Amino acid sequence: MDALYRDFILDHYKNPRNFGELSPHDLDFHDHNPLCGDELGVHIVVEDGKVKDLRFHGQGCAISQAAASITSDELIGMPVEEIQELGADWVIEQLGIDISPTRRKCALLSLKVMRGATTGDASWPE
Amino acid sequence: MAPVADKPLVNVRADFPVLEREFGGKRVAYLDSAATSQRPKQVIEAMDRFQSESYAPIHRGVYELARESTDAFEAARTRIASFVNWDPACSIFTRNATEAINLVAYAWGREHVGEGDEVLISEMEHHSNIVPWQILCEETGAKLRYLTLTDSHELSLDELDSVLAEGRVKLVAVAHVSNVLGTINPVAEIARRARAAGAVSLVDGSQAVPQMPVDLSEIDADFYAWTGHKALGPTIGLLHGRRELLSAMRPFLGGGHMISRVERERSTWNELPYKFEAGTSAATEAVGLGAAIEYLDALGMDRVRAHERDLTAYALERLPEVEGITLFGPPDLDHRGGVVAFAIEGMHPHDIAELCDREAVCVRAGHHCAQPLMRCLGVGATARASFHVYNSRDEVDRLVDALAKAREVFEL
Repeated sequence: MDALYRDFILDHYKNPRNFGELSPHDLDFHDHNPLCGDELGVHIVVEDGKVKDLRFHGQGCAISQAAASITSDELIGMPVEEIQELGADWVIEQLGIDISPTRRKCALLSLKVMRGATTGDASWPE
Repeated sequence: MAPVADKPLVNVRADFPVLEREFGGKRVAYLDSAATSQRPKQVIEAMDRFQSESYAPIHRGVYELARESTDAFEAARTRIASFVNWDPACSIFTRNATEAINLVAYAWGREHVGEGDEVLISEMEHHSNIVPWQILCEETGAKLRYLTLTDSHELSLDELDSVLAEGRVKLVAVAHVSNVLGTINPVAEIARRARAAGAVSLVDGSQAVPQMPVDLSEIDADFYAWTGHKALGPTIGLLHGRRELLSAMRPFLGGGHMISRVERERSTWNELPYKFEAGTSAATEAVGLGAAIEYLDALGMDRVRAHERDLTAYALERLPEVEGITLFGPPDLDHRGGVVAFAIEGMHPHDIAELCDREAVCVRAGHHCAQPLMRCLGVGATARASFHVYNSRDEVDRLVDALAKAREVFEL
């Protein structure tokens, strides 16, 4: 089996969870990876300070799409305030695969978009 | 009979040290020359020799070492200018093609483009031939217009005529060869029609000079920009311009060397081409590009073009064997240079490139600095294989095999 393109990565790429749009939504953000042009947006519904529901949308490689899909279940139910505490290590741990420096931004795009929506800080997670 | 490509350029690969590299026990197949080309040892040695034996400030010192370095720098300019058939005094060294285009946008554009005017580019331009014009138009109130892609991914001269006929176009700026589609544009005809309509023309030749015979006097554009690092040389650019325009233009960058006399309040300018070469020039890079041009000249640009054409033809023949593949660019090989952009259903270009890398096949993935073009093609990104003199049909075979394996990994 391929070390990067594990079955669960391909499964999340081909059948992404929590993908689409939410109307209405409370928070949204859209961003892209300037290196490759991949785009990702998010719609979030907030209730009692927590992420009640979210949907990602956009296009990208297997790593960026799988990262969004895999983390989405963890993010639902999370207090909005906690999202700004999440860093790159959290995403990479969720993915459970080694990410080379050239694919790091692919893996982090979804968290960048989540943080942009919840904190307004659109810098790359470290 | 051996294919044309194998006969004339045999053993060229051995001149390129980096192509000896192996990754995962496999010899590298470098298919990314449209991004940057590899350098033959003749170029590496020429730069090394210049630095080891002749390096000193150019155009300054009175001592013999400085004379030697100046001679080497100017000999490189003369060789490069003669290679593309243009006046050396009107051939300006720049950092790269991007800086060459910005030079025109700033030094010519700000004097001649104003509100209500139009700058005409095309949908297949590299960002380097889009963004400088966007900035110019934003500052001056001019309008940026795009020639559209035809169904065969070419430009339409009829569309050019109809836009020019509206009488507002001040500048037409197009790529000689597209870095994504490979389209070879009829730039001589475009320059002629632009001039007839009172517009100035600029051609981005970054993908053309490295792979085909280019005669600038025949093309007769007002400005022609290209870069050495795609032509087997180091990173240094060239701007060739029409003398009347360059003479009348204000300088781009101010500083040392570009002046004739500096007073407390104002200065006068050095003669061409030095007026546009402010500061200390990249002499080692100029010498390196001179050596690269000597190398290409010795191979013969007709043979280089025949080789590129053969590899492109072979790639266009073999790649359709890959299930789910879409190829971009003109099908007519007479109108197409050595680049093949493609997409595969169900697999993102990033992942294609990653999986090709497992087979030591280097292809580019992304928007190729042509985001407006990606939108025209209806994709976010493509994968791209591009060729140069050191590539072979065997490497096209390896690409096709790598793509088949990639589809297996993705269970397609």
